[in-house]
Amino acid sequence: MDRRKFLRSVALTGAAITTMKEADAMSILSQSFQTTNAAAKYDLVAVMGGEPEAMFRKAIEEMGGMKNFISKGDKVCIKPNIGWDQPVEMGANTNPKLVTEIIKQCFEAGASEVKVFDHTCDDWRKSYANSGIEDAARKAGAEVLPAHQESYYKTVSIPKGRNLKTAKIHQAIVDSDKWINVPILKNHGGAQLTISMKNYMGIVWDRGFFHANDLQQCIADICTYEKRPVLNIVDAYRLMKTSGPRGRSLSDVVLSKGLFMSQDIVAADTAAANFFNQAREMPLENVTHISKAQQLGLGTMDLDKINIRRVRI
Amino acid sequence: MLKKIRVTLSVIILTLVTLYFLDFRGFIPEGLKFLTEIQFIPALLSLNVIILLSLLLLTLLFGRVYCSSICPMGVYQDFAAWLSKKFNKKKRYKYSKAKNILRWSVLGTTVVAFIVGFNFLVGLLDPYGAYGRIVTHLFRPGYLAGNNLLETIFTSFGNYSFYKVSIYTLSVSSMIIALITLFVIGYMAWRGGRTYCNTICPVGTTLGFLSKYSLFKIQFVDEKCNMCGLCSMKCKSSCIDSKNKEIDYSRCVTCFNCIEVCNRDAMKYKIVKRKKEQIAQAMPAYTYIKEKAPQNSSTSEKLAHSKEAVKTVNESKRRFLSASLVTGLAASKLLAQQISGDILPKRELKRQIPIAPPGALSFDHLREKCISCHLCVSKCPSRVIKPALLEYGLGGIMQPKLYFDKGFCNYDCTVCGDVCPTGAILPLTVEEKNHTQMGQVQFILENCIVYYDETSCGACSEHCPTQAVHMVPYKGHLTIPETDTSICVGCGGCEYVCPAIPFKAIYVEGIDTHNIIEIEHDEVEEIVIDDFGF
Ligand code: SF4
Ligand code: SF4
Ligand code: SF4
Repeated sequence: MDRRKFLRSVALTGAAITTMKEADAMSILSQSFQTTNAAAKYDLVAVMGGEPEAMFRKAIEEMGGMKNFISKGDKVCIKPNIGWDQPVEMGANTNPKLVTEIIKQCFEAGASEVKVFDHTCDDWRKSYANSGIEDAARKAGAEVLPAHQESYYKTVSIPKGRNLKTAKIHQAIVDSDKWINVPILKNHGGAQLTISMKNYMGIVWDRGFFHANDLQQCIADICTYEKRPVLNIVDAYRLMKTSGPRGRSLSDVVLSKGLFMSQDIVAADTAAANFFNQAREMPLENVTHISKAQQLGLGTMDLDKINIRRVRI
Repeated sequence: MLKKIRVTLSVIILTLVTLYFLDFRGFIPEGLKFLTEIQFIPALLSLNVIILLSLLLLTLLFGRVYCSSICPMGVYQDFAAWLSKKFNKKKRYKYSKAKNILRWSVLGTTVVAFIVGFNFLVGLLDPYGAYGRIVTHLFRPGYLAGNNLLETIFTSFGNYSFYKVSIYTLSVSSMIIALITLFVIGYMAWRGGRTYCNTICPVGTTLGFLSKYSLFKIQFVDEKCNMCGLCSMKCKSSCIDSKNKEIDYSRCVTCFNCIEVCNRDAMKYKIVKRKKEQIAQAMPAYTYIKEKAPQNSSTSEKLAHSKEAVKTVNESKRRFLSASLVTGLAASKLLAQQISGDILPKRELKRQIPIAPPGALSFDHLREKCISCHLCVSKCPSRVIKPALLEYGLGGIMQPKLYFDKGFCNYDCTVCGDVCPTGAILPLTVEEKNHTQMGQVQFILENCIVYYDETSCGACSEHCPTQAVHMVPYKGHLTIPETDTSICVGCGGCEYVCPAIPFKAIYVEGIDTHNIIEIEHDEVEEIVIDDFGF
């Protein structure tokens, strides 16, 4: 059997098993959310029309406040997208204002420390500096950690992964009590879209393995890593509709003023993908890692079944 | 007093030049670049008339101050000599005859080699370049190791002001050359002081010739001198013949050691009586270098040339692509028929033509101007420059070329051109850099993961700043790379990141003359999103 066929049959069996267990999916979900102090009021909050920090404030308030997710003394790690040596206007990296506000609220909720990092694609010094995130995060009192060397990563096992069985994850995540995933919504040449799940690629060292072993599956696989983010906050203040993830010019960018927040990573990405679809057609089924993650029981794509709060500012 | 000034000055300059080479975090102000620009050969090659004239004037006024204080290799030799004194207290120099035949033939050979385009010799012997290589290949690993040590210590206390850097050998040959240079020149200095400066160094010979006519000179005060010979024992250039009270000014590097050691105050640094007319003397013929066409020569000419280049490359590429498509298709058919076939023929395609750093214009320009000081190698923040072996031909050994094993050239970076003191890599604005093509992307379909495994990848297009490689629809929801060499800058992002094994599916081929590319951008269209979409 050639490798492709083999992979395909593995995928099929896998799919069969997970559909059988569809009902269990929610229990896995609730399990991973037990880290929170109280149940959030909504499964997903979507906000439109404000500045990044204002939209975040609104969303977290609707979610019952940061205290719901961060407890006193927590060591918190925030993972924005800082992948590129691009300025804020290009929408290639998470908005620094959003990062600042999240850090502030983490401290207000009693976090003992907040760390910020990303395994960048462009030169990390330039990306950290020119994205504006390094500066913003430091000013807000967070520590900005390097992530450009293998020695900063720890090997962890990914038992629920299909293709990906182990991964090297940045120690800031591994050693944290809670972590928050803060992607930006962008088009992506290979994965079609990069949102919360694709943002996981910045916590791992060996991204080449992902690309070489079915990128979409590996993206879904890495999200099964047992330490889930307590929140996924999708920055859609600007969205990059074309030439992503790096972007070429301002014509790639739309000032869309949106923000999505959910503990359910699949729901967050589904919502953001639908939002993106208005700027440029992007059928959900093309972004196969989202459905793959649903199959792995990481959340639901069925937005009608969950409790969504929509707010306009 | 004079000696103290000289020592202080030279220690400061040496330290700063060295740190300027080593610093990778921007601690050292960029303005210190001038310390590399005031070096003789770089000034000569970059045709920096002002600096060149100042250096000549400086020598004509004060003698070889350049050699004693500005040239880092000179100071290194003094350091080696000083060390040998520490080991052997009784060490003495003694007067020797000038090795005129040797030094003039070395200088002559170097000039001839340079004129015929064999720049390697100039690079090898230029004291500044040679010192640069020593720092880059020998000191730098130590500096980086020190940084990593500090990082470990500080990080363990929760302080993140240091970060780790990887240490590796860039080029074994350059490292060996640097090592040999360090030892040979160090040994010469240990044994006989400024021997290198007065036998081999082409700059030393040139300036030595001029300093014979300098205004200020070290001179015997006849009535005070009792010919004790202390001065010649202290003279690291072995140029004082105390018996005859004569000094060979072509070799004196104005170190003032003699003045300091003379306890009868019989050595003076002062204006020579018979004066001035020499100053007017013209520059010696050999300092003229081959006239180069002005750098900003007619752009249309350059463009025409580059278009031609693009055309030929495109043609061969088209042929190559169609050929590879045919093979690819045939192979996949074959596979469909007999499922047993596990391995598709993958191809290794290695770069045939080297990639010169952005701003190098062309191989000819680089070869002619570069003295292989490796400042660019040391300073490139992406660490993608390394010394060439024979890729540029014999004359271009050790000159910088790009490689993408450890990184790729940052789209907005212009550091190498900014630091290069000789103009071998010309400084570019970010705008110019963004439109400079130093190589062209080549895609090998049969190595590509999307083709081979039929899974998504797109790592190349992800990294491509101009979308010269972009993803186009392929089977199902898959997208596959498509390349457009006309907008490729040759940064190597795609090559570096391509995860295909054992052979990459995309790489950059060098071009011997860089092109200016045109990138079209779509109009910014106003898109208003006023709904959630779900
Ligand atoms: S190109 Fe590099 S090695 Fe050559 S002279 Fe310039 S800085 Fe030095
Ligand atoms: S422009 Fe490219 S090659 Fe030159 S220093 Fe910057 S990253 Fe290095
Ligand atoms: S070398 Fe590769 S990444 Fe760089 S511009 Fe060309 S195609 Fe794009």
